[in-house]
Amino acid sequence: MNPRGERVVNHAILAVFAVIAVFPMIGVVTQALRLPGLDLSSFETAWRDGHFATYLRNSLIVTTVTVVVAAVLSIMAGYALGAMRFRGAPALFLLFLAGLTIPTEAVVVPLYFDLRSMGLDNTYAGLILPQVAMSVAFGTFWMRAYFRSVPPSLLEAARIDGASSWTTLWRVLVPIGRPAILTMLLLTTMWTWNEFLLPLVIINSDEGLRTAPLGLSFFQGTHKTDYSLLMAGALIIAAPIVIVYVFLQRQFIAGMLSGAIKE
Amino acid sequence: MTTAARHEGPGSRREAPDARAARRPGGRNGGRPPGEARGIGWLYVLPALLVYGGFLLWPLVRGAQFSLYHWDGLGTATWAGVSNYTSTWSDPALRGAFGHLLVLVVFYSVLPCCIAFVLVGAMSRTKIRGLAFFRTVLFLPQVIAMVAVAVAWRWVYSADGPVNTVLGGLHALGLPDWRRGWLGDFTFALPAVGVVGTWVGIGLALVLFLAGVQKIPRELYEAARIDGAGPVREFIAVTLPALRRELAVALTLTTIMAIRNFDLIYMATEGGPGNATKVPAYEVYNRTFNTGEVGLGCAIGVTLAVLAFAVTAGIGRLVEGRDA
Repeated sequence: MNPRGERVVNHAILAVFAVIAVFPMIGVVTQALRLPGLDLSSFETAWRDGHFATYLRNSLIVTTVTVVVAAVLSIMAGYALGAMRFRGAPALFLLFLAGLTIPTEAVVVPLYFDLRSMGLDNTYAGLILPQVAMSVAFGTFWMRAYFRSVPPSLLEAARIDGASSWTTLWRVLVPIGRPAILTMLLLTTMWTWNEFLLPLVIINSDEGLRTAPLGLSFFQGTHKTDYSLLMAGALIIAAPIVIVYVFLQRQFIAGMLSGAIKE
Repeated sequence: MTTAARHEGPGSRREAPDARAARRPGGRNGGRPPGEARGIGWLYVLPALLVYGGFLLWPLVRGAQFSLYHWDGLGTATWAGVSNYTSTWSDPALRGAFGHLLVLVVFYSVLPCCIAFVLVGAMSRTKIRGLAFFRTVLFLPQVIAMVAVAVAWRWVYSADGPVNTVLGGLHALGLPDWRRGWLGDFTFALPAVGVVGTWVGIGLALVLFLAGVQKIPRELYEAARIDGAGPVREFIAVTLPALRRELAVALTLTTIMAIRNFDLIYMATEGGPGNATKVPAYEVYNRTFNTGEVGLGCAIGVTLAVLAFAVTAGIGRLVEGRDA
């Protein structure tokens, strides 16, 4: 085949798979909006009967607090493990690394019983703390990689200027580490927002605390096959992350595939 | 994920101690500003360690502890030893669940990686225009909440959804009637769930391999061509070895996805019909909260953690071990 023909075929292949990738989404949008005709009644019904305003508010609170707290803790821990040398650092790093592969399924049952005995089931705290722990495992690993890539001369310069390690971190390293930090924020936001098993188990009686994905599962329970309503609900809970993704896809993809790129 | 841990970023050559520091009494101070305590690094790690230890590592230990008992979640627990673990293969329903996991690994991981690999191999010879656009679209399924994906695919498979509509059209043309309730069918429910996993995984694999292929020096292909290699030889001799890392990452990520398969099963089939789509991730929940076998639920959870760890370490080792 000549190069020109080859190029056409390649783009055709990619186009086919791009269509496959979005076709269920197109279904979601056409069903939710009752296209062609643009009828927002499904949204209104879903919004009113499905209490999605409450669910979105809960997701926003849980996600914001989780992501901010996890980011501060991860930046501090990653700084120590990446830019300082102290006894036990390698072992500590391995400990955090081990957390990357722990599936929610492995800890959700003990979390349920232990949080319940502490009175933390059906609370924001009970939902936030385990997710901070999961985010910190990834965040520490991610930030350590960034702090290791900082040229030692920069640390030297700050030290010669008499900056404490605390000042060096927040005044020098964090501002220039914005891209790495942004990627971490995006990924932990996505994982926290989309988390389902944890809220399902921890928020087991207080309807006012349900997060968006949990709300959708209960909504599906009441409207088994009313797909127009269900799709409106699915669109409501997926849209925030998808919108952010469309604008910042480069950071999302770079972060999720971080293991693949050999520097 | 952990494959990244093995590669050292460009700041890893931290071995040149500054000469003045080396001459100071007390020797090298490990990169601390003067006047800061030795244990300062620990102070920085401590807050993260406390939350991480208390709410992830400790529950894992507790889960392992629970898994050694028979407990219904309410009464007193009785010692079970390893019998909960032996149940995972002596109990036919659980053995089936792990069997289903194997089937789903093929759908979630092997299939997407193979398809994407062949496609990218076919594409390695030309520059792709609009790569950023294709990447964004192909990767989209990765960022949508699995519960929303499940709802969308329930509609795809529904009685008058697109799959049955197409089959109905074929039936009208004289073909046999293949329409059915896919997610409620004893034979087809598991493959139907598997296809959703393939759909999610294929974009990830394609994006990874495309990124990898773009980095292969063109000269290698030209050299292969001068040596008279056809497309197939070129693929085996150039593309395959160059994409080893990417292949390992794709296999790892998609296999872990298959292991953590709770959301989709809970939303799409609840393990049904019968036990047709029961998988270990769902059984952790089911055995703990529906049938009151907390110890067994925890044993399955621990088994999944071990599996996830073994997959991550194993695939990485496999690829690092062989030389390009």
